[in-house]
Amino acid sequence: MRLLAPLLLALAVPGAALAQNAMPPAPYAYRQLEDPAAEAQAQELMETLRCLKCQSQSIADSDAPMAGDMRHQVRSRIAAGESPEAIRAWLVERYGDYVSYKPRLDSATWPLFALPLLLVAGAALALWRRFGRRG
Amino acid sequence: MTRVKWTVWLPLAVFAGFVALVALQLFRPAGREVESAMIGKPVPAFTLPPASADRPGLSLADLRDGKPKLLNVWASWCIPCAAEAPQLAALQRQGADIVSVAVRDTPDDVARFLARYGNPYSRIGADDLSQVQLGIGSSGVPETFVIDGQGIIRYQHIGDIREPDVAMLLGKLREAAR
Repeated sequence: MRLLAPLLLALAVPGAALAQNAMPPAPYAYRQLEDPAAEAQAQELMETLRCLKCQSQSIADSDAPMAGDMRHQVRSRIAAGESPEAIRAWLVERYGDYVSYKPRLDSATWPLFALPLLLVAGAALALWRRFGRRG
Repeated sequence: MTRVKWTVWLPLAVFAGFVALVALQLFRPAGREVESAMIGKPVPAFTLPPASADRPGLSLADLRDGKPKLLNVWASWCIPCAAEAPQLAALQRQGADIVSVAVRDTPDDVARFLARYGNPYSRIGADDLSQVQLGIGSSGVPETFVIDGQGIIRYQHIGDIREPDVAMLLGKLREAAR
Protein backbone atom coordinates (compact mmCIF):
# COMPACT_ATOMS: atom_id res chain seq x y z
CA MET A 1 0.00 0.00 0.00
CA ARG A 2 2.84 2.32 0.85
CA LEU A 3 4.22 1.81 -2.63
CA LEU A 4 0.78 2.17 -4.15
CA ALA A 5 -0.09 5.48 -2.47
CA PRO A 6 2.15 7.74 -4.60
CA LEU A 7 0.88 5.95 -7.71
CA LEU A 8 -2.76 6.56 -6.76
CA LEU A 9 -1.91 10.18 -6.01
CA ALA A 10 -0.26 10.50 -9.38
CA LEU A 11 -3.46 9.30 -11.02
CA ALA A 12 -5.59 11.56 -8.82
CA VAL A 13 -3.69 14.75 -9.62
CA PRO A 14 -3.29 14.69 -13.38
CA GLY A 15 -0.88 17.22 -14.73
CA ALA A 16 0.45 18.16 -11.31
CA ALA A 17 3.92 17.04 -12.29
CA LEU A 18 3.82 19.25 -15.36
CA ALA A 19 2.68 22.29 -13.42
CA GLN A 20 6.23 23.23 -12.45
CA ASN A 21 6.56 24.52 -15.98
CA ALA A 22 3.68 26.91 -15.36
CA MET A 23 6.22 29.21 -13.73
CA PRO A 24 8.20 31.31 -16.18
CA PRO A 25 11.88 30.29 -16.26
CA ALA A 26 14.39 32.28 -14.20
CA PRO A 27 15.51 35.49 -15.99
CA TYR A 28 18.92 34.13 -16.95
CA ALA A 29 17.91 30.49 -17.46
CA TYR A 30 17.67 30.89 -21.24
CA ARG A 31 18.84 34.47 -21.80
CA GLN A 32 22.50 35.06 -22.52
CA LEU A 33 24.53 37.79 -20.85
CA GLU A 34 24.95 41.03 -22.83
CA ASP A 35 28.74 40.90 -22.60
CA PRO A 36 29.96 38.13 -24.95
CA ALA A 37 33.14 37.55 -22.91
CA ALA A 38 31.14 37.07 -19.70
CA GLU A 39 28.67 34.80 -21.51
CA ALA A 40 31.55 32.68 -22.83
CA GLN A 41 32.90 32.34 -19.28
CA ALA A 42 29.44 31.37 -17.99
CA GLN A 43 28.92 28.87 -20.83
CA GLU A 44 32.27 27.20 -20.19
CA LEU A 45 31.46 26.84 -16.50
CA MET A 46 27.90 25.59 -17.09
CA GLU A 47 29.18 22.81 -19.33
CA THR A 48 31.21 21.43 -16.42
CA LEU A 49 28.48 21.54 -13.76
CA ARG A 50 26.21 18.56 -13.16
CA CYS A 51 22.46 18.88 -13.36
CA LEU A 52 21.23 17.45 -10.05
CA LYS A 53 17.85 16.39 -11.43
CA CYS A 54 19.23 14.65 -14.52
CA GLN A 55 22.57 13.49 -13.32
CA SER A 56 24.26 12.53 -16.57
CA GLN A 57 23.70 15.95 -18.13
CA SER A 58 25.39 19.25 -17.54
CA ILE A 59 23.27 22.24 -16.57
CA ALA A 60 24.06 23.71 -20.00
CA ASP A 61 22.41 20.68 -21.65
CA SER A 62 19.39 20.26 -19.42
CA ASP A 63 15.91 21.72 -19.66
CA ALA A 64 15.01 20.73 -16.09
CA PRO A 65 13.66 23.79 -14.23
CA MET A 66 16.28 23.33 -11.51
CA ALA A 67 19.07 23.38 -14.12
CA GLY A 68 17.56 26.66 -15.39
CA ASP A 69 17.73 28.08 -11.87
CA MET A 70 21.35 26.96 -11.60
CA ARG A 71 22.17 28.66 -14.93
CA HIS A 72 20.52 31.80 -13.56
CA GLN A 73 22.81 31.61 -10.51
CA VAL A 74 25.89 31.12 -12.70
CA ARG A 75 25.07 33.94 -15.14
CA SER A 76 24.00 36.47 -12.50
CA ARG A 77 27.10 35.74 -10.40
CA ILE A 78 29.39 36.09 -13.45
CA ALA A 79 27.63 39.36 -14.30
CA ALA A 80 28.26 40.51 -10.71
CA GLY A 81 31.97 39.91 -11.25
CA GLU A 82 32.49 36.58 -9.51
CA SER A 83 35.11 34.30 -11.02
CA PRO A 84 33.96 30.96 -12.53
CA GLU A 85 36.09 28.97 -10.08
CA ALA A 86 34.58 30.84 -7.11
CA ILE A 87 31.10 29.89 -8.36
CA ARG A 88 32.20 26.27 -8.78
CA ALA A 89 33.57 26.32 -5.22
CA TRP A 90 30.26 27.78 -3.99
CA LEU A 91 28.37 24.84 -5.53
CA VAL A 92 30.90 22.23 -4.35
CA GLU A 93 30.51 23.63 -0.82
CA ARG A 94 26.79 22.81 -1.09
CA TYR A 95 26.68 19.55 -3.05
CA GLY A 96 30.19 18.12 -2.78
CA ASP A 97 32.55 17.25 -5.65
CA TYR A 98 29.66 15.44 -7.33
CA VAL A 99 28.23 18.65 -8.76
CA SER A 100 31.41 19.38 -10.72
CA TYR A 101 32.54 17.46 -13.80
CA LYS A 102 36.01 18.93 -13.54
CA PRO A 103 38.22 16.50 -11.60
CA ARG A 104 40.09 17.94 -8.65
CA LEU A 105 43.57 16.89 -7.59
CA ASP A 106 43.52 16.22 -3.85
CA SER A 107 44.50 13.60 -1.27
CA ALA A 108 41.71 11.25 -2.41
CA THR A 109 42.12 11.58 -6.19
CA TRP A 110 45.90 11.75 -6.73
CA PRO A 111 46.23 8.00 -7.53
CA LEU A 112 43.98 8.55 -10.56
CA PHE A 113 46.56 10.94 -11.95
CA ALA A 114 49.68 9.13 -10.68
CA LEU A 115 48.76 5.60 -11.78
CA PRO A 116 48.76 6.21 -15.56
CA LEU A 117 52.15 7.93 -15.31
CA LEU A 118 53.46 4.99 -13.30
CA LEU A 119 52.12 2.49 -15.84
CA VAL A 120 53.68 4.39 -18.76
CA ALA A 121 57.01 4.56 -16.90
CA GLY A 122 56.81 0.83 -16.11
CA ALA A 123 56.03 -0.02 -19.75
CA ALA A 124 58.91 2.16 -20.97
CA LEU A 125 61.29 0.42 -18.57
CA ALA A 126 60.12 -3.05 -19.66
CA LEU A 127 60.52 -2.12 -23.35
CA TRP A 128 63.95 -0.66 -22.74
CA ARG A 129 65.10 -3.77 -20.91
CA ARG A 130 63.86 -6.04 -23.68
CA PHE A 131 64.93 -4.06 -26.77
CA GLY A 132 66.98 -1.08 -25.68
CA ARG A 133 70.30 -2.73 -24.94
CA ARG A 134 70.66 -4.51 -28.26
CA GLY A 135 71.54 -1.12 -29.74
CA MET B 1 58.54 -29.14 -20.17
CA THR B 2 59.69 -25.69 -19.23
CA ARG B 3 58.38 -24.29 -15.99
CA VAL B 4 56.54 -21.01 -16.43
CA LYS B 5 57.05 -18.28 -13.91
CA TRP B 6 54.03 -17.53 -11.69
CA THR B 7 54.12 -13.94 -12.88
CA VAL B 8 52.58 -14.88 -16.23
CA TRP B 9 49.26 -15.25 -14.39
CA LEU B 10 49.46 -11.72 -13.02
CA PRO B 11 47.78 -9.93 -15.96
CA LEU B 12 44.94 -12.48 -15.95
CA ALA B 13 44.48 -12.04 -12.20
CA VAL B 14 44.36 -8.27 -12.58
CA PHE B 15 41.81 -8.64 -15.38
CA ALA B 16 39.66 -11.03 -13.30
CA GLY B 17 39.78 -8.59 -10.42
CA PHE B 18 38.65 -5.81 -12.74
CA VAL B 19 35.73 -7.89 -14.05
CA ALA B 20 34.70 -8.77 -10.49
CA LEU B 21 34.74 -5.09 -9.51
CA VAL B 22 32.64 -4.07 -12.52
CA ALA B 23 30.15 -6.89 -11.89
CA LEU B 24 29.84 -5.95 -8.23
CA GLN B 25 29.16 -2.27 -8.98
CA LEU B 26 26.80 -3.22 -11.81
CA PHE B 27 24.48 -5.19 -9.53
CA ARG B 28 24.60 -2.78 -6.63
CA PRO B 29 21.79 -0.24 -6.93
CA ALA B 30 23.30 3.17 -7.55
CA GLY B 31 22.29 5.98 -5.20
CA ARG B 32 20.43 8.73 -7.03
CA GLU B 33 20.30 11.06 -4.05
CA VAL B 34 22.69 13.95 -3.71
CA GLU B 35 23.29 14.71 -0.06
CA SER B 36 23.78 18.27 1.07
CA ALA B 37 27.33 19.13 2.11
CA MET B 38 25.95 21.91 4.32
CA ILE B 39 25.22 19.80 7.43
CA GLY B 40 26.83 21.56 10.40
CA LYS B 41 27.06 24.84 8.49
CA PRO B 42 24.90 27.96 8.84
CA VAL B 43 22.02 28.65 6.47
CA PRO B 44 23.12 31.47 4.12
CA ALA B 45 21.34 34.81 4.42
CA PHE B 46 18.08 35.11 2.49
CA THR B 47 14.72 36.88 2.57
CA LEU B 48 11.75 35.42 0.73
CA PRO B 49 8.31 37.01 0.24
CA PRO B 50 5.24 35.06 1.39
CA ALA B 51 4.00 32.30 -0.93
CA SER B 52 0.47 32.31 0.50
CA ALA B 53 -1.92 34.99 1.71
CA ASP B 54 -2.33 33.71 5.28
CA ARG B 55 1.28 32.97 6.25
CA PRO B 56 4.29 35.29 6.44
CA GLY B 57 7.37 34.81 4.25
CA LEU B 58 10.67 33.44 5.49
CA SER B 59 14.08 34.91 6.14
CA LEU B 60 17.27 33.83 7.91
CA ALA B 61 16.32 35.93 10.96
CA ASP B 62 13.18 33.79 11.41
CA LEU B 63 15.37 30.68 11.59
CA ARG B 64 17.69 32.19 14.19
CA ASP B 65 15.13 32.90 16.90
CA GLY B 66 16.63 30.34 19.30
CA LYS B 67 14.11 27.58 18.66
CA PRO B 68 14.94 24.55 16.45
CA LYS B 69 12.73 24.16 13.41
CA LEU B 70 11.94 21.89 10.51
CA LEU B 71 12.53 23.58 7.16
CA ASN B 72 10.43 21.79 4.56
CA VAL B 73 11.35 22.32 0.90
CA TRP B 74 8.24 21.56 -1.14
CA ALA B 75 6.09 22.55 -4.10
CA SER B 76 2.45 22.18 -5.07
CA TRP B 77 3.50 20.44 -8.31
CA CYS B 78 5.37 17.77 -6.35
CA ILE B 79 3.38 14.58 -5.83
CA PRO B 80 5.41 13.08 -2.95
CA CYS B 81 4.85 16.41 -1.15
CA ALA B 82 1.14 15.54 -1.04
CA ALA B 83 2.02 12.05 0.22
CA GLU B 84 3.97 13.45 3.18
CA ALA B 85 1.22 15.90 4.23
CA PRO B 86 -0.27 13.61 6.95
CA GLN B 87 3.21 13.10 8.45
CA LEU B 88 3.87 16.86 8.48
CA ALA B 89 0.51 17.37 10.20
CA ALA B 90 1.49 14.75 12.81
CA LEU B 91 4.81 16.50 13.38
CA GLN B 92 3.04 19.82 13.90
CA ARG B 93 0.54 18.23 16.33
CA GLN B 94 3.47 16.90 18.33
CA GLY B 95 4.96 20.34 18.73
CA ALA B 96 7.36 20.76 15.79
CA ASP B 97 7.61 24.27 14.35
CA ILE B 98 7.58 23.73 10.60
CA VAL B 99 8.61 26.55 8.27
CA SER B 100 8.92 26.04 4.54
CA VAL B 101 9.85 27.31 1.13
CA ALA B 102 7.64 26.62 -1.88
CA VAL B 103 9.90 26.11 -4.91
CA ARG B 104 8.89 27.57 -8.29
CA ASP B 105 5.26 27.91 -7.32
CA THR B 106 2.34 30.23 -8.03
CA PRO B 107 0.15 31.68 -5.22
CA ASP B 108 -2.98 30.05 -6.69
CA ASP B 109 -1.39 26.60 -6.81
CA VAL B 110 -0.03 26.97 -3.27
CA ALA B 111 -3.48 28.00 -1.96
CA ARG B 112 -5.17 25.08 -3.74
CA PHE B 113 -2.60 22.59 -2.41
CA LEU B 114 -2.89 23.83 1.19
CA ALA B 115 -6.72 23.81 1.04
CA ARG B 116 -6.63 20.22 -0.11
CA TYR B 117 -3.83 18.70 1.98
CA GLY B 118 -3.73 20.99 5.05
CA ASN B 119 -1.30 23.68 6.16
CA PRO B 120 1.21 22.61 8.82
CA TYR B 121 3.50 25.59 8.16
CA SER B 122 3.98 28.66 10.36
CA ARG B 123 5.80 30.46 7.50
CA ILE B 124 6.02 29.87 3.74
CA GLY B 125 8.61 31.65 1.61
CA ALA B 126 8.25 31.83 -2.18
CA ASP B 127 11.50 30.39 -3.56
CA ASP B 128 10.83 31.30 -7.19
CA LEU B 129 14.46 31.01 -8.32
CA SER B 130 15.38 28.00 -6.15
CA GLN B 131 17.71 30.43 -4.36
CA VAL B 132 17.22 28.96 -0.88
CA GLN B 133 17.07 25.42 -2.23
CA LEU B 134 20.47 25.83 -3.92
CA GLY B 135 21.78 27.78 -0.92
CA ILE B 136 21.27 24.90 1.52
CA GLY B 137 22.35 22.13 -0.87
CA SER B 138 18.92 20.63 -1.53
CA SER B 139 18.57 18.89 -4.88
CA GLY B 140 14.87 18.10 -5.05
CA VAL B 141 11.45 18.24 -3.46
CA PRO B 142 10.43 17.26 -0.90
CA GLU B 143 13.33 17.58 1.47
CA THR B 144 13.22 18.42 5.16
CA PHE B 145 16.05 20.05 7.09
CA VAL B 146 16.48 20.30 10.85
CA ILE B 147 17.73 23.82 11.66
CA ASP B 148 18.82 24.65 15.19
CA GLY B 149 18.03 27.90 17.02
CA GLN B 150 21.21 29.56 15.71
CA GLY B 151 20.40 28.81 12.08
CA ILE B 152 22.85 25.89 11.74
CA ILE B 153 21.74 22.99 9.51
CA ARG B 154 21.76 19.86 11.66
CA TYR B 155 20.10 17.18 9.52
CA GLN B 156 18.74 16.59 6.04
CA HIS B 157 15.91 14.20 5.21
CA ILE B 158 15.70 13.46 1.47
CA GLY B 159 12.34 12.47 -0.02
CA ASP B 160 8.87 12.31 1.49
CA ILE B 161 8.49 11.80 5.24
CA ARG B 162 7.08 8.33 5.96
CA GLU B 163 5.41 7.25 9.20
CA PRO B 164 8.58 5.92 10.89
CA ASP B 165 10.38 9.19 10.09
CA VAL B 166 8.05 11.26 12.30
CA ALA B 167 9.53 10.00 15.58
CA MET B 168 13.05 10.17 14.08
CA LEU B 169 12.63 13.84 13.08
CA LEU B 170 11.18 14.74 16.50
CA GLY B 171 14.30 13.14 18.00
CA LYS B 172 16.55 15.21 15.70
CA LEU B 173 14.68 18.37 16.80
CA ARG B 174 15.27 17.49 20.47
CA GLU B 175 18.95 16.87 19.67
CA ALA B 176 19.17 20.27 17.99
CA ALA B 177 17.65 21.94 21.05
CA ARG B 178 20.54 20.80 23.22
